[in-house]
Amino acid sequence: MEDWLSVYMLSRIQFGVIAAFHILFPPLTMGLSLILLTFEVLWLRTRDAFYYRQLRFWTKLFLLNFGVGVVSGIPLEFSFGTNWAPFARDTGSFVGHLLGYEAVLAFMLESAFLSIMVFGWRRVSAGVHLFATAMVALGANLSAFWIMSANSWMQTPSGAVFQDGKAIITDYFAAIFNEDLPAAYWHMTAAALELSLFVLGGVSAWYLLRGRHADFFLRLFKGAALALLLVAPLQIWLGDLQGQSVARSQPAKLAAMEAHWQTNPPGTGAAWALLAWPDEAGQRNLWSLDIPYGLSLLVTHSPHGQVRGLREFPPADQPPVWIPFYSFRIMVAAGFFMAAVALWTLWAWRRGDLTPARIGTRRWLLRAWMACIPIAYLAIETGWFTREVGRQPWIVYGIMRTEHAYSALPLGTLLWSLVTYIVVYGVIITMGFILARRILRAGPDLSSPPPAPTGTAPDQRPLPQGEAG
Amino acid sequence: MDALSAALAPSPTLAVLWFLLAGFFLIIYVVLDGFDLGIGILSLFTGSERRQTLLMASLGTVWDANESWLVVVGGILFGAFPLAYGLILHALYIPIFLLLFGLALRGVALVFHEHSDRHRLWALLFGIGSVLAAAAQGFVLGGLLEAPSIRQGDYVGGAFDWLTPFSLVVAVGVTGGFALLGATYLILKTEGGMQAPYFRLARRLAWVPFAAAAVVTVYSPLRHRWIFEEWFNLPNFYFYAILPLLALFAFYRLFRSLRRGHERAPFLWTVLIFLSSFLGLAATLYPYLIPGRVTIFEAAAPANTLWFMTAVVGFFIPILIAYNAYLYRTFRGKIRPESGYGAERD
Repeated sequence: MEDWLSVYMLSRIQFGVIAAFHILFPPLTMGLSLILLTFEVLWLRTRDAFYYRQLRFWTKLFLLNFGVGVVSGIPLEFSFGTNWAPFARDTGSFVGHLLGYEAVLAFMLESAFLSIMVFGWRRVSAGVHLFATAMVALGANLSAFWIMSANSWMQTPSGAVFQDGKAIITDYFAAIFNEDLPAAYWHMTAAALELSLFVLGGVSAWYLLRGRHADFFLRLFKGAALALLLVAPLQIWLGDLQGQSVARSQPAKLAAMEAHWQTNPPGTGAAWALLAWPDEAGQRNLWSLDIPYGLSLLVTHSPHGQVRGLREFPPADQPPVWIPFYSFRIMVAAGFFMAAVALWTLWAWRRGDLTPARIGTRRWLLRAWMACIPIAYLAIETGWFTREVGRQPWIVYGIMRTEHAYSALPLGTLLWSLVTYIVVYGVIITMGFILARRILRAGPDLSSPPPAPTGTAPDQRPLPQGEAG
Repeated sequence: MDALSAALAPSPTLAVLWFLLAGFFLIIYVVLDGFDLGIGILSLFTGSERRQTLLMASLGTVWDANESWLVVVGGILFGAFPLAYGLILHALYIPIFLLLFGLALRGVALVFHEHSDRHRLWALLFGIGSVLAAAAQGFVLGGLLEAPSIRQGDYVGGAFDWLTPFSLVVAVGVTGGFALLGATYLILKTEGGMQAPYFRLARRLAWVPFAAAAVVTVYSPLRHRWIFEEWFNLPNFYFYAILPLLALFAFYRLFRSLRRGHERAPFLWTVLIFLSSFLGLAATLYPYLIPGRVTIFEAAAPANTLWFMTAVVGFFIPILIAYNAYLYRTFRGKIRPESGYGAERD
């Protein structure tokens, strides 16, 4: 067993805490920014106040989410230097370089135009406002591209040679668009969109269950359900692509994700363990609930396809098995549950239950939608656990070991900072949750007049009382 | 292996360019977030809850973008000087942590203040976070000048090496300087009864960075032999003598503009004080990033990385500045007490 009170383990735990906390916020920013942009385009094209009011309502949550996201992202960026100094030294010329791009090309764009999007309604023209909203969406999603590229490169480090352990990039195109990037980027983007749609639909369900603003939120609920009928199955397919990519480029990670110890001999199929009790010391599962041929079918799409087992890798090169195995299963179950909820909604719709009069009878469906909000967050968290723990013992796959990458800090200092992070993040998440609930309790503003459709002139009317903030 | 040898060819010019660019982004961050943090510090001494709310609301439109410059600085140091990024942040672990903690407190307090009923509490945390972040920046700077111990590419000093009387003076100076920036920015952004107290406050506050700068200027060469040698040889001395003179001049004009009730000049003179101190710092450090230990040439990323960064970041610098300027232009004008909470926003 690992020594949990070592600088090595505490550094990893601290990074895990910082990253797991941060990833709660950007996905909603990514997905919701695209949805807000859609609302604004539809508002300008149709002049239907519904879109304007949805836009203003969700902007409040967007701002809250973004504020905490920024605050939690800075510790993540700096932790590469504070806690992973050798990693920063050896790979900074690529990983740091891309983080620099992320800041200059994407993040700044998002933060600066966000102010105009949120606070600029009466200060800029409709066209400029739309442009600002588009730049926020572009910034958020471009940010994700650079971060995913840096992270994918840590999984499949191509385009580089390593001299004395230091990465020297010889082919930037190959490094940025590394093997794992396409699958990872689209899987993350779809996750962000799916999460955001479930936040929209789940919150709508909450209002519908209480019978508040039923017309307003039923319309949003239907829109979210329609979009999810496309996105939720798409995400399962993208997840399969990501799995193929892992099988090709990181076979040890795949074997750990599946607790698959022994390579299946030719002519036989590898079974898929639905559940298992992995025994890392014994290099086997103490028990498992298997589906014959399942793993071969999943990975190679053929019943006898060969899937390499963990025993082919020396124990020193094997990832831990428990965390990737179970986080992967939780993520997959969440993905299928969410797709099922989308289909269930379609079924209820066809039965004619998605009307203001009858939606109230579908209480379990509405509750399932609300449950999908935490489930979507859980899927993202467990997806990242699978991805990052499955990459171990490497920080840069096959090149640099995590145990050679951490700063040799005094144990006490590290313990102290870790405890502070946990406490502070705990308080922030609790407060953020309470305040988000307040915004939802207060509900949308359905009374103040939308800006007049006078084209591009800024609206100069005085501020009505009560609309502020 | 052509690409490899090209990548490994040393490029002192690019290293110097990125030293300048990193400094450029850092000074933008220091000035912009400096006035944010300064307003946060001043809010602690603002009795009325209504005015506290007004101060916090006035930052709503700019603090995100201002803080983003720190993300830029971090990314650029990480990419362009990977060795120094790791070493400096490792050596200054505790002040960096306090900085992040302070910024987090400041940021969430700003966001939560708006939606919560507990305005007093969040205003207090906003102020405390700002003081912490400002002081931590001073300790980072002071700690860096104390020349952290490096051996074979690793930090080998203790966790508290940064905490010295010298870094304490720097921290007090930076905190006072930020408060001064905040006060002069508020002079710029307010009028009438709301503005008047900041003239008085700025006149008193200006003595803090003045005294700290004086102590640092005299004490640094006495404490650090490398600074003594850097400053007191010819012709360096002539150059270095200009900067304190420039700062003195800026202080003189600052006090004069405050007495005369100018609205814009005090902020600009304060910025000049920061700029001259910053230039002095950069020139003193050069060619080192960690004094006496790691030069910019040793810390720089391979030449091809720097080229690629130069091409892309260079292209985006004017765009970055243009839309940030547009942001300030959009929200220009005075904060008006009668328009109340949220007037800046909608």
